[in-house]
Amino acid sequence: MRVLISLLAGSLFGAGLLISGMTDTTKVQGWLDVFGNWDPTLAFVMGGAILPMLIAWKIAARGQPLTGGKYPQASRPELDRRLVVGSVMFGMGWGLSGLCPGPAIASVTYGGIGGVVFLIAMIAGMFAAPVVGAQLDRAANPA
Amino acid sequence: MQVAWIWGLAGGLLIGLGAAVYLLGNGRIMGASGILGGLVDSTDRTAERLAFVAGLIGMPLVLWLFMSPAPQTHLTGNLPVVIIAGVLVGVGTRIANGCTSGHGVCGISRFSLRGIVATLIYIGSGAVTLYLLRHMLGWV
Repeated sequence: MRVLISLLAGSLFGAGLLISGMTDTTKVQGWLDVFGNWDPTLAFVMGGAILPMLIAWKIAARGQPLTGGKYPQASRPELDRRLVVGSVMFGMGWGLSGLCPGPAIASVTYGGIGGVVFLIAMIAGMFAAPVVGAQLDRAANPA
Repeated sequence: MQVAWIWGLAGGLLIGLGAAVYLLGNGRIMGASGILGGLVDSTDRTAERLAFVAGLIGMPLVLWLFMSPAPQTHLTGNLPVVIIAGVLVGVGTRIANGCTSGHGVCGISRFSLRGIVATLIYIGSGAVTLYLLRHMLGWV
């Protein structure tokens, strides 16, 4: 059941990314290009995606998930060095390429060799992340 | 171009619906970097993660095959830039524990301070990066 729900959620997510134009890097870079030919599409995508989730969080506030267990708690502390530095790095890569993780996975079959190279580089980055994260913690708390 | 925002809104609703199904069904945050990253560094819920990735790859491919003209990604052909960007996205989203779907869609809709701050930072960082490289240096 959980596997089927995951397949359904991934399929909806992928369909939405393609239909919304978010696997087109010119649209994403167009959103980030505030001083160029600015493209507001991403705001509509984000707004559209947030609507069902506003309702979902309301439902989640009472009761438990369909397959049992508990809903995820908000993490503490809320803001830390990892969140800030990681988001800055992510934004740099996002601005450079116009790809974030969802669209990078969704478009891998039709994004040509560049799309495959991006996905491999991203996964390599995910392998390296624990090391970089540990460095960051050491810099924050020198022994 | 005039209808781009309608497609954006419709696609956005589907993305949010997927996130809602994942949350209410499995009790998990639908974050692309978290689900893929979990395959890299944990053995937890591997089948669920693989099924999610299969849907995320399979459904756009099926739709893409029937769409005319077929959508393009227009990714830069500059492979060193692609590699640097990919590594930055991979490292950054795992350190920050979320990307556009997890922090953006799921975080903002929960009024999570972490999600809102992360989203403001990566949009700001992306805009500054693009401004420097496109308008100051003319590289991308």
